[in-house]
Amino acid sequence: MISRLLSHDMPRSRVLAVILTVIVLGLAFAPFLFPGAKSLNVAAKILIFIVLVASYDLLLGYTGIVSFAHTMFFGIGAYGIAIASTRFGAGWSSLAIGACGAVALSLLLSLVIGLFSLRVRAIFYAMITLAVASAFQTLASQLSEITGGEDGLNFRLPEVLAPSFSLSETPFLGVSLDGRLITYYLVFLIAALLFLAMLRIVNSPFGRVLQAIRENDFRAEAIGYRTVVYRTWSNVLAAVFATLAGCLLAIWLRYNGPDTSLSFEIMIDILLIVVIGGMGTMYGAIFGATAFLLAQSYLQDLMGLASGATQSVPLLSALLSPDRWLLWLGILFILSVYFFPTGLVGKLRSRSGA
Amino acid sequence: MDQTPTLNPAVPPAPAAVAAGSGTPQPAALPVTRQIDWAPLALVPALALAALPFIGSMPTWITLTAAGLAMGMIIFIIASGLTLIFGLMDVLNFGHGVFIALGAFVAVSVMGALPDWTNADSLLLNLGALAAAMAAAMIVAGVLGAVFERVLVRVVYGQHLKQILITMGGMVVGEELIKVIWGPAQIPLPLPAALRGSVLLGDAAIEKYRLIAVVVGLAVFAALVLVLNRTKLGLLIRAGVQDREMVESLGYRIRRLFVGVFIAGSALAGLGGVMWGLYQQNVIPQMGAQVNVLIFIVIIIGGLGSTGGCFLGALLVGLLANYTGFLAPKVALFSNILLMVAILLWRPQGVYPVTSR
Repeated sequence: MISRLLSHDMPRSRVLAVILTVIVLGLAFAPFLFPGAKSLNVAAKILIFIVLVASYDLLLGYTGIVSFAHTMFFGIGAYGIAIASTRFGAGWSSLAIGACGAVALSLLLSLVIGLFSLRVRAIFYAMITLAVASAFQTLASQLSEITGGEDGLNFRLPEVLAPSFSLSETPFLGVSLDGRLITYYLVFLIAALLFLAMLRIVNSPFGRVLQAIRENDFRAEAIGYRTVVYRTWSNVLAAVFATLAGCLLAIWLRYNGPDTSLSFEIMIDILLIVVIGGMGTMYGAIFGATAFLLAQSYLQDLMGLASGATQSVPLLSALLSPDRWLLWLGILFILSVYFFPTGLVGKLRSRSGA
Repeated sequence: MDQTPTLNPAVPPAPAAVAAGSGTPQPAALPVTRQIDWAPLALVPALALAALPFIGSMPTWITLTAAGLAMGMIIFIIASGLTLIFGLMDVLNFGHGVFIALGAFVAVSVMGALPDWTNADSLLLNLGALAAAMAAAMIVAGVLGAVFERVLVRVVYGQHLKQILITMGGMVVGEELIKVIWGPAQIPLPLPAALRGSVLLGDAAIEKYRLIAVVVGLAVFAALVLVLNRTKLGLLIRAGVQDREMVESLGYRIRRLFVGVFIAGSALAGLGGVMWGLYQQNVIPQMGAQVNVLIFIVIIIGGLGSTGGCFLGALLVGLLANYTGFLAPKVALFSNILLMVAILLWRPQGVYPVTSR
């Protein structure tokens, strides 16, 4: 049963299985295990990033395409929900319209970019997407009548999901059953479904072809697969999943602006998570996103302590300052690319000899 | 943009046409003599002339054209290193932006340390400060380039995916290190006293600094063209761009050439960073990532690896940015990408494709 659910792609390492189980259980019961607004926020962000990073893994890890336009699709999803909800008012129908519109736009855009530039070399594609994404970000902040410009959009959700909504007066296990909790479980459910769907895709015959293209596109072409078609499909699928992750983000935050979904920093974050977690493993997304967001939210406090403790050593103190945590992550990233290209997940798997 | 379609019919489909900057001199015995592909060269004056009727006033046009050329020259200085590195080594350095930011920050430190020179009302001392900043920036960026090549790039020659990832990682780390040393805030980088303001050319005002930018840019371009076309070193580099293995099999140490070009390219980026920082009059650690997008567009337009194409692309981007900035400020934000799309529709490999790729 579990094996079928996971598309027969088991973790294949006892340590990894334990870690993943802990993460999934932790996320499933996060509102009860870790009460408080901040921890719930972190948990929801982890869920959203798992989907986002997994969709990028589909592209980078499985197909071997480097794209810098992934946040663009993420942003399209978030803006779809945000714009539809502000225009048509709070309601399930506007959520549906927003999501469908965003997915349609992403489909079209990724198809065009893919057909336009995937025929040529990987490097070319990376540069084109970088340029397109930065143009899109400018566009989003310039069309202030539609997107709210730099300020972004605050909007309301259907009543059931609003924080003021209450399912029952009495708290359940010490947690009040409000709209926030319902939203969290909605996000959890959708994220889980999307992740399992992606796991299904990469373990299908289609996914095998993608991996063949990654390993040796010339040979894949020679066997008779139209690599351009497969690459484009992979690009489109990744874009659609990223868009849906963006929808989830907007639903969770009830806000969207250029910095929350479109910024290049998020693109770098995705890249770091995929590579450190493990390219081409899918589980790397779960592991990586959780570790990254926990680090982002809590490690910085720890670094603040370390920085304070080393106050007397000027340079070391500056290096350990909480604002510099990306430095250490960047170094970890480079080391990952060198020494374990399949990331921590791949490392764990190879240690267990699978 | 509107003049590109009209040029379309005039362009012969000539893949054999070889760029001025990056071509191989062909032996005279061959029937194909070396010919210069003029159509892209005509684009720059065509663009400038096409903008004239829209702008309407001659002095404004001169001001804008000078500004555009200056901006183009600065972009060229930055992008030339990248295109050289890519052309010879087939390495696309996503970390190129770090050297730009580094150059600018070194300029901040050097010029900050020489207040007597920068504030003195003497052109000579001011230029001296500028030259000192440039020299320091080039040395620092060059040294860092050597380290970057040794530590990051050398391991991943020939593996594009890893190159992109590794150099991107280098970019993140470099940017953070800049923040450690100079702090994360924006720092003003004022021009030396005598270089502020503008000179009047008839009714047209041209900022003095832009003239300097044009001079420096032309000097770099001339130096590059001379080195590439008139020296043994340049011959080897151009041969390496065309066919690396052949150069290696003739007994030249291509690896040493790689390192040299990487260092030179990084130093050029440092120089460009000084120019860019002074052009913007302030520097922030993220400037490298911002300029990255611009220079990628330029080298795509130029045809990856071509120096002449890079020069043209930079001029086109600079001119178009200034014209559209005057005519339709909102469009100016997208002028680069529109230009790139138009050029790629016309020549999918860029204006001067490097034939071996």
